[in-house]
Amino acid sequence: MEPILFIVFGAIAVGGAIMVVTRRHPMSSALFLILTLFAVAALFVLRQAHFLAAIQVIVYAGAVVVLFIFVIMLINVPENKLPLERLTGFRFLGIMVAGLFILEAALVARRFATPGTPTADSGSVEAVGRALFTDYLLAFEVTSVLLLAAVIGAIALAKKRI
Amino acid sequence: MVDGILNYLWLVPALPLLGVIVNSVIALFVERPLLLAEEDHGAPSHGPSTRGTSAPMGEGHGASHAAPAYRKLVAFVGPAVVGASFVVSLLAVLALAARPAHDRLFVQVLFPWIQAGTFFAPAAFQLDPLSSVMILVVTGVGFLIHVYSVGYMSHEKAFARYFIYLNLFTFAMLLLVLGSNFLLMFVGWEGVGLCSYLLIGYWYEKKSAADAGKKAFIVNRVGDFGFLVAVFLIFWTFGTVEYTEVFGKIPGLAASGVLTTGIATAITLLLFVGAVGKSAQIPLYVWLPDAMEGPTPVSALIHAATMVTAGVYMVARTNALYLLAPTSMAVVAVVGAATALFSATIGITQNDIKRVLAYSTVSQLGYMFLACGVGAFTAGIFHLMTHAFFKALLFLGSGSVIHALSGEQDMRKMGSLRKHLPITFTTMFIATLAISGIPGLSGFFSKDEILWKSFSSGHGHVGLWLVGTAAAGITAFYMFRLVFLTFFGDSRMEPEVEKHVHESPYSMTVPLMLLAVLSVAGGWIGIPHVLGGYNYFEEWLAPVFAHGAEGAAHGGAHASAALEVLLMAGSVGVALCGIGLAWYLYRVRTEVPKEIADRVPGLYDLVLNKYYVDEIYDVAIVRKIVNGSIWLWEAFDTAFLDGIVNGIAALVKGAGERTRRLQTGVVGNYAFSLLLGAVILVGFLLWS
Amino acid sequence: MMDPSAYLLLSGILFGIGVAGVVVRKNVLIILMSVEIMLNAVNVAFIAVGSHLGDVTGSVFAFMVMTVAAAEAAVGLAILIAIFRLKETIDITELSVLKW
Repeated sequence: MEPILFIVFGAIAVGGAIMVVTRRHPMSSALFLILTLFAVAALFVLRQAHFLAAIQVIVYAGAVVVLFIFVIMLINVPENKLPLERLTGFRFLGIMVAGLFILEAALVARRFATPGTPTADSGSVEAVGRALFTDYLLAFEVTSVLLLAAVIGAIALAKKRI
Repeated sequence: MVDGILNYLWLVPALPLLGVIVNSVIALFVERPLLLAEEDHGAPSHGPSTRGTSAPMGEGHGASHAAPAYRKLVAFVGPAVVGASFVVSLLAVLALAARPAHDRLFVQVLFPWIQAGTFFAPAAFQLDPLSSVMILVVTGVGFLIHVYSVGYMSHEKAFARYFIYLNLFTFAMLLLVLGSNFLLMFVGWEGVGLCSYLLIGYWYEKKSAADAGKKAFIVNRVGDFGFLVAVFLIFWTFGTVEYTEVFGKIPGLAASGVLTTGIATAITLLLFVGAVGKSAQIPLYVWLPDAMEGPTPVSALIHAATMVTAGVYMVARTNALYLLAPTSMAVVAVVGAATALFSATIGITQNDIKRVLAYSTVSQLGYMFLACGVGAFTAGIFHLMTHAFFKALLFLGSGSVIHALSGEQDMRKMGSLRKHLPITFTTMFIATLAISGIPGLSGFFSKDEILWKSFSSGHGHVGLWLVGTAAAGITAFYMFRLVFLTFFGDSRMEPEVEKHVHESPYSMTVPLMLLAVLSVAGGWIGIPHVLGGYNYFEEWLAPVFAHGAEGAAHGGAHASAALEVLLMAGSVGVALCGIGLAWYLYRVRTEVPKEIADRVPGLYDLVLNKYYVDEIYDVAIVRKIVNGSIWLWEAFDTAFLDGIVNGIAALVKGAGERTRRLQTGVVGNYAFSLLLGAVILVGFLLWS
Repeated sequence: MMDPSAYLLLSGILFGIGVAGVVVRKNVLIILMSVEIMLNAVNVAFIAVGSHLGDVTGSVFAFMVMTVAAAEAAVGLAILIAIFRLKETIDITELSVLKW
């Protein structure tokens, strides 16, 4: 069952990602980004990471992408004022090198072609929560400081009069 | 107990150094601000070569000149330190004389100076009979000239500066003669060269004086190079530069074959190159006549009595090495004899009173080298001493004349001065008799000993004797020409100048009189045996030249006493002939010299222009060096070296011009570089 | 359960697409979204390997990455708004005052 679902959701994620990168208008990209993120969340479920899957949907799709859409609508660049993007030599080279990177990633991935092992509980809410509040407590608390800094930074930057 | 005074030997050079310090402080903090302030107020400049030309010289200029207090201090300190140094020297030499003859060597080590690997050179002073003669001459004559300078330079503005240089010179010269190793001698050697340069260029606002200073310095540099290489060679051969160790090792090294005749010849010839430069011998004598641009007391002290004899001292000091190298001895003798004759002939035609004396100095230095070259080092040092007396006297006398004539140096504009300047005339006449070799005066004994040794010594040759005797005759001729032109005959002075003619003050005449006494009596310590005297001087110096000079000097001494007397009479006869000729040409038939000059214009011009040696050097060496330097400057330095430097700069600039375009400011490009780096890194890791 | 190599391959592909977006696009908004894709690709790798090894650390790290991504998006978009106010453009090639 898993391989089929993996192929389906993997294909959706990749297709969505390609659409994100290739769309001319950012609004289309944002919507395709939601698609990709949902597909990735499904993949998390396939790997028993239920907690992460939930976070993925709530935080990413529900917050980050909404933030993107807010900004897109806020600045509201008209269609004709969007940057004109043509396929130059440099762009082509960039795509080629990115392709090369994917090739290399494939070579690396092949080394992990070990058969599946009995799984322990690695992604349930309980397991992740226990880890976060015991072993990784300090990192978890520092994360809150990071978020606080981001909040203050975002407000300070986006204020009308800097 | 008497020996104890030797422990204060360091005071001998230290006292003049103290004078340098005191005078420097005065010059820096009192005199210089004063002169600068004067300049700012646009005070009438006396010009560089005033020597009182603009000041009325008629009556008691010393009194009318309200000297500031600092000048009085300088006038006291400058001579006093040298006088004190003379007293200490005298006491030290007496203490040395109280020792037995074989023990007359005292080395005072002050502190280790240079220590590097096996090389060790202490700052140490060595007092032995040779250096004792030198320090007595340097401090004694130096003191008299310092006193004389107080009077002579009284019209100069930069009074303290002059005495700094003079004291510094005394210090350096004492370092030269007292140093116990070749390196310390070299320091003194360079020090006196520096002071010579500074003093020749004392009137540095006058271009000819500044040029003469540079010429002296550069020509000396040629010689110094030889000296320095010789010191290296000595260290390489002996492993030390201490006199006592070097000379002590000579017999052993010569026996073991390390010190071959070839090495000894190389060392001695290189040393002689240094001596030739410092003592103004052919071919490096050209700087000395030009050095007369300096103040006259300087000419007397540095360019006649002391510094220029440093070369003779050095050759005498290294006599043990010279005796191992017959070729070098021959070179020294031939160069000395040639210089003696050559410069004497130039002296005949010169009209500048100081230039005549300058060429005379070169000629007399040639005598000293002739003596050294034939192994008669004692005679050379003896002549060095007597020459210091009478030549200093001659220069100071000429300075007195020049002073009286408000700066006039041309003998054609003098005459009949003996009535106006009785003391100067008398003392100068005595000195002239001494240099001409009239029996009984100092010059006679020393010069005759040289001539006798050049004939009789094992290294001698009849040709050298002939040249020496001829030069002696010419010397007598041109010296009496000088006296006759200056002091006798009708006055040819400018009327303006004649009004101010006056005898010099006591500070100038007293040194003249003292030097006159020395010029007469200075030779009496070395009266040859054949004249029934006893040669104390030879006995005194014997320990220094005992390394074999004895044998060499007396090698041919089997010649009879009769022959010695005969030769003596011969040289006196030649001198009298020279005097007679001068009397005939410049007193009786005064029109004849001009006729002779007109009869052989080519020869006369040749000699008058000093054989065009300066011009030849200019074409053969100076021009080439200048052109070469210009080529190096334009082609090598500007085009090539600067080209490399500028080329590298241009390369970097060009590379920067191009590579800065990599920094586009576009974030995508930076991200691409990042990606490319990551890809290459991962690829590398996968591949390896 | 599948071995993680397929997930890692997927992760690589997603990352590559994100990188290509960052390098190629001019629109700052889309670049920021591409960055989000890249971060997600990394999360995929973390989760896959974490569950493969039965280790909860993979999830914890993915959690941290998500936090950073949220913060980055917030600050990045704030900067974008500030720049847009100033220069009236979202073309990244026009924001090149850092050169020379």
